[in-house]
Amino acid sequence: MTQHNRAKSDVFVPSGQIQFGAFFQGVNSGTIWKAAESGSQTDFESFRRIAQTAERGLFAAFFLGEGLRLREHLGRPHALDVVGRPDAQTMLAALASVTRNIGLVATQNTTYNDPADLAHRLASLDLVSGGRAAWNIVTTDNAWTGANFRRGGYLDHADRYKHAEAFVETAKRIWDSWETSDCPARRVVHEGRHYTVDVTPRLPRSAQHRPVLFQAGDSPEGRNFAARQADVIFSAHPKFDNAVEFRKDLVERSIAAGRGANAVQIMPASEFILAATAAEAAEKKEWVRNLQIGPQQAIAYLEQFWGRELSGYDPDGPLPEIDPVVEETSETRGSGFHGAKARQLADQWRAEAKDKGLSIRQFVISKTARIDSTFTGSYTAVADQLAEYARVGAVDGFNISPWLIPTGLDDIVNHLVPELQERGVYPTEYRGSTLREHLGLEAPERTADQAAEVVHA
Amino acid sequence: MSNIQGFLAIELDGAGWDGADLTRAVLVAESAGFHAATFTDAPAPGRTNALQRAAFAGPATRSIALVPEVDTVYTEPFHVSTQLASLDYVSGGRAGWIVTATESPEAAAAVGRPSVTGAALGQEAAASIEVSRRLWDSWEDDAVIRDVATGRYIDVDKLHYADFETPADFAGAGYSMKGPSIIPRPLQGQLPVLVPASLLDEVSADAVDGVLVSAPAAELLAAEVRDVRARVGASVAVIAELDVVLDARGQAAGSRVAPFDGGRAAFAGTVAGLTDFLESLLAEADGVRLHPASLFVDLEELGRLVLPELRRRGVLRAPVQDGTFRDLLGLERPASRYASATAAPHGAGK
Ligand SMILES: Cc1cc2nc3c(=O)[nH]c(=O)nc-3n(C[C@H](O)[C@H](O)[C@H](O)COP(=O)(O)O)c2cc1C
Repeated sequence: MTQHNRAKSDVFVPSGQIQFGAFFQGVNSGTIWKAAESGSQTDFESFRRIAQTAERGLFAAFFLGEGLRLREHLGRPHALDVVGRPDAQTMLAALASVTRNIGLVATQNTTYNDPADLAHRLASLDLVSGGRAAWNIVTTDNAWTGANFRRGGYLDHADRYKHAEAFVETAKRIWDSWETSDCPARRVVHEGRHYTVDVTPRLPRSAQHRPVLFQAGDSPEGRNFAARQADVIFSAHPKFDNAVEFRKDLVERSIAAGRGANAVQIMPASEFILAATAAEAAEKKEWVRNLQIGPQQAIAYLEQFWGRELSGYDPDGPLPEIDPVVEETSETRGSGFHGAKARQLADQWRAEAKDKGLSIRQFVISKTARIDSTFTGSYTAVADQLAEYARVGAVDGFNISPWLIPTGLDDIVNHLVPELQERGVYPTEYRGSTLREHLGLEAPERTADQAAEVVHA
Repeated sequence: MSNIQGFLAIELDGAGWDGADLTRAVLVAESAGFHAATFTDAPAPGRTNALQRAAFAGPATRSIALVPEVDTVYTEPFHVSTQLASLDYVSGGRAGWIVTATESPEAAAAVGRPSVTGAALGQEAAASIEVSRRLWDSWEDDAVIRDVATGRYIDVDKLHYADFETPADFAGAGYSMKGPSIIPRPLQGQLPVLVPASLLDEVSADAVDGVLVSAPAAELLAAEVRDVRARVGASVAVIAELDVVLDARGQAAGSRVAPFDGGRAAFAGTVAGLTDFLESLLAEADGVRLHPASLFVDLEELGRLVLPELRRRGVLRAPVQDGTFRDLLGLERPASRYASATAAPHGAGK
């Protein structure tokens, strides 16, 4: 009840604690595959190893990302970075049987799923894991991904959060419809612009009532959506000042949404490069960056923006003097580059690189290397830094992307976690058995009884 | 299939929605010597998603094949393919797929699609199988090269767009699918695909690895198996479906549970009677899938008495430690249909 009051209050109260999530990205440029100690990115053993390590370190959650079409580079699948990953919920269901406490978060998009089907699958994961499931809601809507689905690219960009919100509302009603395990569910009917649902849900509530909701997306619409619907926002702002600003913004939005200042927790994406001393950590960072962005990655990065082959250029030389082919500019598909601005950007970059005396490779490292999301330093220094986040409530935790699979969390669990525990800002045991308990979230209120009525949206 | 010895599958419905019960059920089935566990997905109160139950069972087991039912009509074929390929990864190559396509106005309403009926059901199933098979082949086996010298993680020449389009005479709403898959080729290359015999008009025998055969009564099952065998040939496994309720814990089978009404052949009676019946059935069928009336009660009798006796009689295939589901069915690991080096032989897509 006290928590309930806190959540509804208009004053933000820092919890004084930091929690960790492990983000096994699968497909990305940040995971080093060139090092000898790099393991398989798809074998179950890699997932088991890293999830069990995270659980040993009392991580609140284990995350899997999602991308429903392979990224492309100059019209072909992208060859240079880690690519190919298992389906999130299938993998998490398997991990549920080799872990006991850690939360299991599946990134799933709202455009290429059906609400009744997705809600049922997430409820299944929640039940089979004993109340540890979460859904990281994403809204990918491009027609290019849609080419893999029956519905094609049916949803306009402008509509995606409207659609997502109706989708999530429907899912919540489905999860809330079964009163007790002996009592049959209420029918859930939704008639929307993009889809219609008429379903009699089949599953009872789980130990945590329903899956925890994460949201990943950063636009104002995305933040408002999170403020209204989500339990946790998977943000992109880990740097201290940005994090504080983002917290302020989200608190305002949560209050405006009527959910109180503490309703939505914040866990930014982050990368940790740690060692016993600052000097060793700096050396390690250099090693990490050189493996993340080799000469070919540097050239390919520019090719995305130049829209043409640049393989003749020396990665250790200056940026190409030739201009981008604007019409043919084709980014590594999957995020939102605006091709029309390519020439302007090229000029800007050439000037910047020249100014700073950077080669192609150095320049690309400076542009891509997760500058904003990296914590580099000694275990003690980084622990001090994180304790400050906890003290002011800049974030509720960090969602850590290891740059090495499957051993990439070992040093965090072995060295950073104990430092944080000593400072009293990190849990020393799991608070309960469900993800909702680990996160200190209150039991969700049941969505209003809309059994009889058809909900239009 | 030319093997004289057969295999036994058990349907694990009734294990409940709790992870601990599910683990117990699949471990009991595995140690009893069942070769495969199946997971029904027909909508019912309390029944969780079959594929996730199979995935949960994966890391807990060593040798038993895990075969969920997955619908083809109201699901996205791209998701289905990825999920099944992932099941193969988490089970170490022990995954299979029971294709379902049933008339269900409720399932249609749940996803807001028009209800599919009649021959269109089989066409949806055939299209979904084809999409999955193409996507499973869309990464050649050696597509992940991790070549440090050139900086290439994959060889893009070994990734292929599946470019599927529903046929012109497709009864439902036609669709296309691009590919490639988002996960490398499954460990088995292609998962074994099993379909109920009722779908065989629209789904070609060439597209499947096994057929599930039902009959209205136990006495008719062997004849039905022979009929299906004549249609599909020796290369497709023919698996008989049998409901089972045994005399157990001092109670006669008949008094333990209400009679079945699932349209499946049922056996109710003694352990000895069932053992003899299965021995004769396995002389015709490659395998039998048992649907116990009460999972834990019947599973106990089966594991304690029926399977050991069938093994003693030399009727059952030995379970293969670390074997794949394909190994169990006597299937080779196929080359990808897109493999550039060698021309794919006929039927290699399976
Ligand atoms: C930290 C973070 C992680 C994300 N992870 C994924 C992902 O795994 N899969 C995906 O499809 N989209 C992912 N997204 C993309 C978002 O779902 C969304 O489509 C994108 O941010 C655009 O929405 P916005 O304009 O509200 O930011 C992620 C976004 C953020 C900020």
